[in-house]
Amino acid sequence: MPPKSFSLLNLPVLENYLEFLRQGYWKSLAWSMGMAFISTLLLLIISWPLAFAMAKVFKRFSLILTIGVVLSLFVSENIRLFGWVLTLMKGGLIEGHLRVWFGSGFDGLLYNVPVIVFGLVYVYFPFMLFPLAQGISMIPDDARQAAYDLGATKRQVLWEIELPLAAPGIMVGSLLCFVLAAGAVAESKLLGGQAVIVIADEVETAFTYGQNWPLGSALAMVLIMIIGTIAVVGIQRFNLDEILGRQR
Amino acid sequence: MGSSQLSRWGLFCYGVLALFLLYLPLLAVGFASVSKARYLSFPIRAYDFKWYGESLASDSVRELLFVSLKVAGIVTVISMVVGFFGALAFARYHWRFRSLFQKVILLPIFFPQTVLGLALLIWFNALGVIPSWHTAVVAHLVWISPIATLVIAIRAYSFDPALEDAARDLGCTTFQILREVTIPLLWPGVVSAGLFAFLLSWGNFPLSLFTTGADSTLPEWLYAKMVSGYSPLIPAVGILTVVASAVTILLAWLGWSAYRWIPEKTGN
Repeated sequence: MPPKSFSLLNLPVLENYLEFLRQGYWKSLAWSMGMAFISTLLLLIISWPLAFAMAKVFKRFSLILTIGVVLSLFVSENIRLFGWVLTLMKGGLIEGHLRVWFGSGFDGLLYNVPVIVFGLVYVYFPFMLFPLAQGISMIPDDARQAAYDLGATKRQVLWEIELPLAAPGIMVGSLLCFVLAAGAVAESKLLGGQAVIVIADEVETAFTYGQNWPLGSALAMVLIMIIGTIAVVGIQRFNLDEILGRQR
Repeated sequence: MGSSQLSRWGLFCYGVLALFLLYLPLLAVGFASVSKARYLSFPIRAYDFKWYGESLASDSVRELLFVSLKVAGIVTVISMVVGFFGALAFARYHWRFRSLFQKVILLPIFFPQTVLGLALLIWFNALGVIPSWHTAVVAHLVWISPIATLVIAIRAYSFDPALEDAARDLGCTTFQILREVTIPLLWPGVVSAGLFAFLLSWGNFPLSLFTTGADSTLPEWLYAKMVSGYSPLIPAVGILTVVASAVTILLAWLGWSAYRWIPEKTGN
């Protein structure tokens, strides 16, 4: 459709997709994908010990953790991110108290790329933790014990027993986190200020302030194609009956 | 087993730290909501609850509350019904396209909500539907009813189909089986799915953003205020919505305990 018009009666044109390349919208896409990738990787590393403990070590505490983490999901993402803004900003919960107690503060921690990644890690933590714990609970204790008895080191057990056997959980968690983080917008807007503009933000702008629906649709289509492909290919590989624990 | 004890202790501390970090931002919002100053700066010097009073007295907040409640209530009822039958197809029956069905159900969850909301907006526009809170209900359902289905499906996996067969052999009609066997057995799943549906719809922002049209929900209003600068009403209204969720959870929990307690008493 020609730019800045919206009717299904117009002839299709590819101009909006050219705009994607010409106007540097691909940079926003790259930022989104890159930050989603890094936050997924960080989430894997951060969640693994806790998920492992929930599945294998803790007894009553895993229930408390589960309830605690699920309850936090019911608070709107906006409010939680806003809470981080109040915590990290100059004169916020951390800086303000440090300044009063020790006499010297620091500049606010907000409005840069690392804090956006931090926001993504914070918001999508439950989406990694639970699939991972579910995956780890599928590792038979006998397999680990046998490996140890045969003289495997801790590292060998991790790489050769635990990671492969927990693979379904790792797959589900990583896919979920990557896909959701790639389309996230509130983190970069609230925590990141204007440090980088992510692709979902560009789409939103095109639809609201820009009033350029065809451009917005083209941008959204690029995102949908990428995320849709990843999601469909990923989901194809799950065996849901196995993951959700079918008894029969 | 000294080292094992030590690592267990370390993991416990890690878990506590994770919980602390999850709720730290809410703590900050809570403190901010009772700060007297119009321009927030920590540490807080004077405490005051006036912002709560002001936000409760505001007509626009009440209007937002009403819209959010309407949407969440309708979404809850529909997704409980859809989720119930969806879960039976998901977990209970073996049929030809079951595996495809399971994957199609999962797909909306594996999709960024902002993009989902946008795609729905384009659809509504192409169909000639003017967005309002009605379309937001549809949008929420696209995302929430699969979650409700999954929650009930987990319950349905532990369901023994022999019970239904036995009821049929004893002469029950299909409707009787549904009422006497299937629904009571899946009821805990249905209730928790309803709770999930209400809370997720109540707190949802990305789907509402594109699909509510001229209407607005509480999370949308909060976001608009946050992006445009600080206002002491943001933390107050934010905490109020969190309190509303907490009260809902508490009531559900109390109701559930009472429900489990009564049959025990009458049974003996």
